[in-house]
Amino acid sequence: MEATTEVAERSAELLPLLQKLQAEFHYLPEQALRAVARRYHVPLTQVFHLATFYNCFSLEPRGKHHVRVCLGTACHVRGGQRILEKVLRELNLIQEGTTADMDFSVEGVRCLGCCGLAPVMRVDTRTHSHLKQAAVPKILQKQRTPAGNGL
Amino acid sequence: MRAAKAVIGNQTALRSIAAQGRKSLVPDRPKISVGMATCGLAAGADEVFAALQQEVAKRDLPYLVTPTGCLGWCSQEPMLDVKLPGQPRLTYGRMDVRKARELVRSLEKHDLKLPWILGVTTRDPNPVTGSESIYARRLNGLSGVPRLKDLPVFRHQVRLVLRNCGLIDPASLEEYIARGGYLALIHALRELTPEQVLDEVTRSGLRGRGGAGFPAGTKWAALKRQTATPKYLVCNADEGDPGAYMDRAVLEGDPHSVLEGMLLGAYATGASQGVIYVRDEYPLAVQRIQEAIAQAETAGLLGEKIPAARRNGSFGFQVRVVKGAGAFVCGEETALIRSVEGHVGEPRTRPPYPVEKGLWGKPTAINNVETWANIPVIVQRGGEWFAKIGTATSKGTKVFSLVGAIKNTALIEVPMGISLRQIVEEIGGGIPDGKAFKAIQTGGPSGGCLPASQLDLQVDYESLTRAGAIMGSGGMIVMDESNCMVDIAKYFLTFLADESCGKCFSCRKGLERMQEVVTRICAGKGSERDLPLLEDLGWLVHETSLCGLGQTAPNPLMSTMKHFRAEYEAHVREHRCPAKVCRELIHYRIDPMLCDGCHACVRVCASEAILGEKKAVHEIDDARCIKCGACLEVCVPKAVEVH
Repeated sequence: MEATTEVAERSAELLPLLQKLQAEFHYLPEQALRAVARRYHVPLTQVFHLATFYNCFSLEPRGKHHVRVCLGTACHVRGGQRILEKVLRELNLIQEGTTADMDFSVEGVRCLGCCGLAPVMRVDTRTHSHLKQAAVPKILQKQRTPAGNGL
Repeated sequence: MRAAKAVIGNQTALRSIAAQGRKSLVPDRPKISVGMATCGLAAGADEVFAALQQEVAKRDLPYLVTPTGCLGWCSQEPMLDVKLPGQPRLTYGRMDVRKARELVRSLEKHDLKLPWILGVTTRDPNPVTGSESIYARRLNGLSGVPRLKDLPVFRHQVRLVLRNCGLIDPASLEEYIARGGYLALIHALRELTPEQVLDEVTRSGLRGRGGAGFPAGTKWAALKRQTATPKYLVCNADEGDPGAYMDRAVLEGDPHSVLEGMLLGAYATGASQGVIYVRDEYPLAVQRIQEAIAQAETAGLLGEKIPAARRNGSFGFQVRVVKGAGAFVCGEETALIRSVEGHVGEPRTRPPYPVEKGLWGKPTAINNVETWANIPVIVQRGGEWFAKIGTATSKGTKVFSLVGAIKNTALIEVPMGISLRQIVEEIGGGIPDGKAFKAIQTGGPSGGCLPASQLDLQVDYESLTRAGAIMGSGGMIVMDESNCMVDIAKYFLTFLADESCGKCFSCRKGLERMQEVVTRICAGKGSERDLPLLEDLGWLVHETSLCGLGQTAPNPLMSTMKHFRAEYEAHVREHRCPAKVCRELIHYRIDPMLCDGCHACVRVCASEAILGEKKAVHEIDDARCIKCGACLEVCVPKAVEVH
């Protein structure tokens, strides 16, 4: 009985720990995952299962700036997909991912909860709303200059 | 800070804090409250806030500039309220930095009637106490300014759950208490038995607001009967339905309402531990609820032994926040439990239901944010009072996020039984840009799309289910003639196939196959046989999936096939998209009669597909065009057409 509770307690700590690691490294390095598995006496597959199941985790290093284009329903009906494509074109990316210079990572996400202001995208902690394709280059440019380095 | 002030042990202590809160809510100097929930911030409210502070400081004015939650009229963000002593509450919308500075200058000159004023409020109802806060009895020189509550967007609303959102500073426990907060809890802990509290909730007829609509009283009674300890209460704030942000608004604007609801639930059922599971994508909501928990703990309202509880020995309730990690399926209660326990969010079979065996095998009652926020009002005003609102089977109000192709995008709270038409046409103000209404989607990815012929439907659990949609958590997405319903079905199937946990073969593979078929149809490669195939697959996934995600996944597709069959047929028979959305089936063309040669399109064209000299008529090379829509966006004479 005690052993089961212990296992349960250990498991409960895994997800918050991975979230902390993701926040600190901006992705989950393989070495970190192996260390977690060893430390918590859980199979490596269990740790990888968590890391690959939940959307907030990335196994690949993310760029300096994290661009999340909302593809929620309200944003979709107001052209969210086109905004994502514009962002990808601006950054010379064929699909969602990270730029070669590691400056930007782009992904489509489902619902940031600002549906009344669709279409929406979040760059790091700043949310931009009522987006038109024409506004995208300027928003991304602001992140490149040293002065506008991630609000 | 004096210790006597810190802990709230009885009604006297509560009253004294309420007095402080009232001074802060309606101060004796001008106060500007800026809507600083995620929506407001996304629209630039933080810049407006900073500009106001700067201007006030520059002019050395004794004005207060404070944050508040979601005022509810999203299309008018950033919004703010001005409260001058002895004056009604004034609401302004579409604010920006320039207008903010001008506002301060005008206030100094006592000039309140600025062009961006939305409305005036002389009194605000207090649903908890049943009384009203009266700011001023007359409009005091503001004739011509409409009363906010008479505006079409607010006229039909009954704000019980949203009672404090936009009115209080969410970080102020005193203001929450001044609006009747914790009255219900203290009253219950000192004067009612747990059975009496449970009774009120049962009598209210409150049904779970997360979407399933299960009677809250029944769930709580089942939890109460359990003998295993500890008993858990969970607040499901995973709000994964795209287009829905009701729970976010409550957590960001009035976090204590959820805590008080859970405390009352714990008292009624004998639960001692609580978990608030908030999705990872809501950092501000997480921050606000954590602040509120800390405040409640300091005030002795949360803890192992809560001083205010006198009857039945000691009562204790402790709550912690658990962040989601980005998985739609974790909104399903058994998947949520697995996630809290540190596993992937794979649902389990029921029975056993969580009330018998939930978190770590212990009895657990899971309710949605909106459900919890209703509880203090129900306990204070009585279940019978609550049951007078709504319809025979669906009591009370429902919060909806009205978004999409609608003039007034807004977070609304209306009594059950209101018609969809009233929501779309009166509250929403109809469709913008002169376009025609096409469909309204309710219930998120588990729901369905209803056409114009269903607009007179009464909004309640049974009516919506009968019509092929569902109530869901409250997302209401309006679509117009420029949306393709087959594309919408593809959208939802893509989402669900992505979010399927993968446990059940039919959900995992079935949704993947359905998504492939619909994508083919949108690309003009579909055939007549695809339609019955989709229906078969849909039935199979529905019948053989373990959890609600799979069981309801075919709904968006099925409802669109039922109500918009002609559109599907056009796609498969004629390879045509009537709404001109599906990329492979449309062509962009410049009308030579309208083009003025301004060259704006060439500058934004993604694939160098537009040819033309400046001042001459331009032409699009169809072979190179990727239909990105950038030219459509910038063409002033509207010469770009879609076929």
